[in-house]
Amino acid sequence: MAGADGDDSLYPIAVLIDELRNEDVQVPNVSGGGLPGYRSKRSCSSRETFRCLRLNSIKKLSTIALALGVERTRTELLPFLTDTIYDEDEVLLALAEQLGNFTMLVGGPEYVHCLLPPLESLATVEETVVRDKAVESLRKISQEHSPVDLEVHFEPLVKRLASGDWFTSRTSACGLFSVCYPRVSSTVKAEIRQHFRTLCSDDTPMVRRAAASKLGEFAKVLELDYVKSDIISLFTALASDEQDSVRLLAVEACVSIATLLPQEDLESLVMPTLRQAAEDKSWRVRYMVADKFSELQKAVGPEITKNDLVPAFQNLLKDCEAEVRAAAANKVKEFCENLPEENREQIIMTHILPCVKELVSDTNQHVKSALASVIMGLSTILGKDNTIEHLLPLFLAQLKDECPEVRLNIISNLDCVNEVIGIRQLSQSLLPAIVELAEDAKWRVRLAIIEYMPLLAGQLPLTKSLCRVVVYAIREAATCNLMKLVEKFGAEWAQNTIVPKVLGMANDPNYLHRMTTLFCINALSEACGQDITTKQMLPVVLKMSNDQVANVRFNVAKSLQKIGPVLDSNALQTEVKPVLEKLATDTDMDVKYFAQEAISGTRFTLASLHISTKSDLPF
Amino acid sequence: MAGVAGGNDFQWCFSQVKGAIDEDVAEADIISTVEFNYSGELLATGDKGGRVVIFQHEQESKNRPHLRGEYNVYSTFQSHEPEFDYLKSLEIEEKINKIRWLPQQNAAHFLLSTNDKTIKLWKISERDKRAEGYNLKDEDGRLRDPFRITSLRVPVLMPMDLMVEASPRRIFANAHTYHINSISVNSDHETYLSADDLRINLWHLEITDRSFNIVDIKPANMEELTEVITAAECHPLQCNVFVYSSSKGTIRLCDTRAAALCDRQAKFFEEPEDPSSRSFFSEIISSISDVKFSHSGRYMMTRDYLSVKVWDLNMENRPVETYQVHEYLRSKLCSLYENDCIFDKFECCWNGSDSAIMTGSYNNFFRMFDRNTRRDITLEASRESSKPRATLKPRKVSTGGKRKKDEISVDSLDFNKKILHTAWHPKDNVIAVAATNNLYIFQDKIN
Repeated sequence: MAGADGDDSLYPIAVLIDELRNEDVQVPNVSGGGLPGYRSKRSCSSRETFRCLRLNSIKKLSTIALALGVERTRTELLPFLTDTIYDEDEVLLALAEQLGNFTMLVGGPEYVHCLLPPLESLATVEETVVRDKAVESLRKISQEHSPVDLEVHFEPLVKRLASGDWFTSRTSACGLFSVCYPRVSSTVKAEIRQHFRTLCSDDTPMVRRAAASKLGEFAKVLELDYVKSDIISLFTALASDEQDSVRLLAVEACVSIATLLPQEDLESLVMPTLRQAAEDKSWRVRYMVADKFSELQKAVGPEITKNDLVPAFQNLLKDCEAEVRAAAANKVKEFCENLPEENREQIIMTHILPCVKELVSDTNQHVKSALASVIMGLSTILGKDNTIEHLLPLFLAQLKDECPEVRLNIISNLDCVNEVIGIRQLSQSLLPAIVELAEDAKWRVRLAIIEYMPLLAGQLPLTKSLCRVVVYAIREAATCNLMKLVEKFGAEWAQNTIVPKVLGMANDPNYLHRMTTLFCINALSEACGQDITTKQMLPVVLKMSNDQVANVRFNVAKSLQKIGPVLDSNALQTEVKPVLEKLATDTDMDVKYFAQEAISGTRFTLASLHISTKSDLPF
Repeated sequence: MAGVAGGNDFQWCFSQVKGAIDEDVAEADIISTVEFNYSGELLATGDKGGRVVIFQHEQESKNRPHLRGEYNVYSTFQSHEPEFDYLKSLEIEEKINKIRWLPQQNAAHFLLSTNDKTIKLWKISERDKRAEGYNLKDEDGRLRDPFRITSLRVPVLMPMDLMVEASPRRIFANAHTYHINSISVNSDHETYLSADDLRINLWHLEITDRSFNIVDIKPANMEELTEVITAAECHPLQCNVFVYSSSKGTIRLCDTRAAALCDRQAKFFEEPEDPSSRSFFSEIISSISDVKFSHSGRYMMTRDYLSVKVWDLNMENRPVETYQVHEYLRSKLCSLYENDCIFDKFECCWNGSDSAIMTGSYNNFFRMFDRNTRRDITLEASRESSKPRATLKPRKVSTGGKRKKDEISVDSLDFNKKILHTAWHPKDNVIAVAATNNLYIFQDKIN
């Protein structure tokens, strides 16, 4: 160990250790009977400082442990940490996390059980995040226990937690059964199963919830016979618990249990409970079923899906509670995708589509918006003819929906419809509605249109209406999208459609719009090439150098610097340079500054041109 | 133990009184809520100064076997501070409107306290160990020379005097436009509801940044407003059921399973008005000031200005029991209206076995009703009878005619002394009665 000769290398560690302790103790007020007129005068800032220092020390716990050595870490540091569970959540959370990586610092797997006491006390605190982290660390170090240590040290800890007085310790125990079960002897296994059973019927709903949420995980490590004998009865009991918060967690467990069981047992062991959950009196349970529908569908397989889940799904889509309908609507596409191939189309057309049609005109906007985010995906499944006949009217209706989010969700998914029905059909039926949206009152919708414009441009023919969309993009200064458009359609298209609009705005009375011209030119010059830039854009920029607004003038200087590399050296010398020189003597400080910047910038361009001409010379 | 008083059962006797004796009472010291925790071991009070005081039941001592343990101060803390809403130019009082204990989950205790706008979750925990041994300091606190540290010391925990700490764990704010009148913890132990004049919100105890609105009775046009929510409570056993009472004297029972927004009640409790007793004040005095489920969950009790009613949850058209609290005030309503007393919000509570109920009145009187024998009694919380072990004498108010001996005439009642908040120990016959700035604790006399 270092430091025996009294060098100061121990000092930083000494500081860290001193700051580990929780010094900030609120002075209590015990003044006998009566209601004392006491106001707490706790200094928040000092409390905060102490907390930060402690947090810092805890995060460097490995450094402290390293300096102390494995022996003292085991005998002094860990016992101290075990007893300091008074602290703030943040500190405890950091401690719980650190201890999960402490195996080597206490002397390797042989001594890993030393970490159990502090983690055990952390697993009983009231703060869920801390408990969960402690359980996570316990699960981690359980793997580092030898089978013998697991039975001697770890398993007793799980039992202690499982039979603890407070529900906090019992909830923590629920997460630990599955990690020790596979590695212990069959007698201990029987005990673990018994403990789990007890917790599933605990008095407090919290413990039952914890058990229900770990039921699936525990089922996975159990032998199939026990799954059938033990887990199913627990599952059935939890799924009919009096508290809906417990029942809804059983739905989740249903997925993992169903995947474990052979197909022939599903009908008798799982389906009665699942059917009951899908029709539960509580909307929260039905919501959970709707939310987990795709997973359930995969877990129970095609046959049960066809016979049972399709009607259940129909009911969920028609549920009286909007939250449930919205959750189900979200799953429409996935559910249809995962239907058995051979009669998929028939099921969708006769059973699902009628419900979907109703949802399009639902009274609740969340339901409509959930549907709008997935409905376009149906077109790939149903094919061209069905899409045109049945889906397009729905899309159109949603594009015109009063709720902006619905319109937005439809626009964002246009590409998948295009793949199915082709450009012509799409442009004929949807384009008018889309162009209308470019003038939508909600800026988010306009923004979405602009953002999807390059995508739309790939699919829609170059019509006049598209140009109107472009104009809006210019107004909103969506320069980056303009660049993408020009790249897609080429310089000639840009020269005919975009450039005139951009240059037209140079004479706008609003100086912000005039600046937009400059920003667009900055973005477009490279894509448009030297010819258009020199002949059409440059004159406009130069003319704007006389603008009366200084902001415009210094942006001219910036633009000139930006488009410089695109221009030929002749234009730079004869046209750009004089203007920049004039701006460099401007009365406005900023204009002067940017003009000088541009001059040194373009000089660099000139110089590099010069060099490149030189190097072209044959030697 | 059913009896409330009189008869052969037992008598109430004085146990303790807390609070200053001075005649002039500071506004901040007025107790605004009283609540026992689930075991009855702790008793919390909140006051208009935003403070919460927690009393702990001391174990019975061997020397004085005739005495049940007393309640002594366990922890005192400032729960809420006065605030100012600059956007609405409104002062937010620090007054604690309600306190609700959470079921105990580990060695610490947790409670929710609320003022008009903000609900806070407090943790009350004990600490009896202190870390000792520094690296950088000597035992007597002098700093050591950093260059002379030759070995590292890990602090050791040593026992110390018990210290009780209260720390704020969560702050649930910004969810109520109107004044919060109730909070109630759900039996699922993970959610609770909070009600203001027009809305009820559902919170998760661990999530502070959002709550769900489950009842909203605010009309689109505030001029059409005809009633407000006066109290709300979760069912003690069924996590999906809660009730709320209104200023129109009706109670709605809602089922959260049916829909996310409970704007349509599952049950509607209303007693048809007796046309003969109709008066100008009918509407005001029928307003419900408190609603409480019985521990069994079968009944609920409502308090209006003049009476307490017990309703069977299975019968909506009338209460199964009605008790008059101070019927003699019916002739005084006009003056009670003028001094605003008619708007006082009296609370009510059940005893541990649901066999008796208690509620407050004026002149520091409080009333108890035995549901089995239908006997009732009026008792007084006063300094005069606050001698140790003194038995409380029943009080009587003369109702018209000639005043008998030991009776008090209605005109001499002190309307400034009112008992609005009372609490009954969940298991034992111990009651806590808040009389302005004093907290009286009474218990049954063991013969």
